[in-house]
Amino acid sequence: MDLQTIIDSLSLEVITPELDLHREVTGGYVSDLLSDVMGNSHEGNIWVTFQIHINIIAVASLKGHSGIILVNNRKPEAETLKRAIAENIPIITTTLPTFELVGRLYALGLRCR
Amino acid sequence: MNLSEIRNILNAIVLTDEDALQKTVACAYCADLMSDVLSFSVTNSLLITGLTNTQVIRTAEMAAIEMIVFIQNKRPDIQTIKLAEEKHIPLLVTAFSMFDACGRLYEKGLRSLARVNVVHRA
Amino acid sequence: MGNAEEGIFFLTGKDFTNAGAASSSLKGILERRGVPQDIIRRTAIAAFEAEMNVIIYAVAGMMKYRITDTEISVTLQDMGQGIPSIELAMTEGYSTAPDYIREMGFGSGMGLPNIKKSTDSLVVNSVVGEGTTLEFMIRLKAGE
Repeated sequence: MDLQTIIDSLSLEVITPELDLHREVTGGYVSDLLSDVMGNSHEGNIWVTFQIHINIIAVASLKGHSGIILVNNRKPEAETLKRAIAENIPIITTTLPTFELVGRLYALGLRCR
Repeated sequence: MNLSEIRNILNAIVLTDEDALQKTVACAYCADLMSDVLSFSVTNSLLITGLTNTQVIRTAEMAAIEMIVFIQNKRPDIQTIKLAEEKHIPLLVTAFSMFDACGRLYEKGLRSLARVNVVHRA
Repeated sequence: MGNAEEGIFFLTGKDFTNAGAASSSLKGILERRGVPQDIIRRTAIAAFEAEMNVIIYAVAGMMKYRITDTEISVTLQDMGQGIPSIELAMTEGYSTAPDYIREMGFGSGMGLPNIKKSTDSLVVNSVVGEGTTLEFMIRLKAGE
């Protein structure tokens, strides 16, 4: 599934419009615990989280995630945003809480793999 | 939705309060960060989380959360289980990932009802 | 109807085993007094966030409470590193939490904002290198 398709289907807000959003999403991953994300997520996953500090970019970059979705209208810290652009990790936000957002991603056909 | 239905949808094991199968929740909240739960969740919810320490039970108590399901087969320690029993908060464990657990419950009609940017007293 | 009730709980820094016990006890006291559920929830959330701040960042501290028919006031005083910029600390998302704290489910930078949202008044004073005092108040409807 293409990231742009997901963004359009769910009317998500893109914080990094300068980055190319046509990329393959292999699955979804949700967790706020970095060690968990490091251990269990996969390349191409779209990562859903409440965390906004700069470490999330390192994790997303290392794991090769297709992007990060911040929930509950969270906005990335300034440093986080800078690093995201530098590392080519799209940051997307939603006003929805995690449960709702993941429910809708699941309804689109995404799974945790 | 009641505990029994949740257990079936998630193929979950009930760790405590096995006789609370008829206990119901109006909505669900998914988070690993306690301040997130305190800030945005509503009363009478099911908490879906990967965090298994005692503070999860404390947070649930403060936020009036009804029951907790741990994902990815994460097991709380004995202290956490004891505290949950003391506070009458049923605990479940599912092998599903947080993503799939939320997806399945959402599919069956459960929602968050949490609102962002609710107007608070000035 | 009741008279004024007050008490104190002692908090130990980094004591994660008992973290939240003070707030839980306070919640129990409010329930015993028949305080309305929504007020109990707001007080519990504010007390818990404040208690966690003491345990995460300070060496030791205390939670003092006073409940009358018209209001609940809670003061947390700690000995610890203090807060260099209270304004920054009140910003949603701002956190100085080390990684191990984030892995425990804290440090999302919502603590002080949550306390502010739940209470009717909040005063924070701090001296870097010495400690912090945080006082909040929640109004009860008269006659409850």
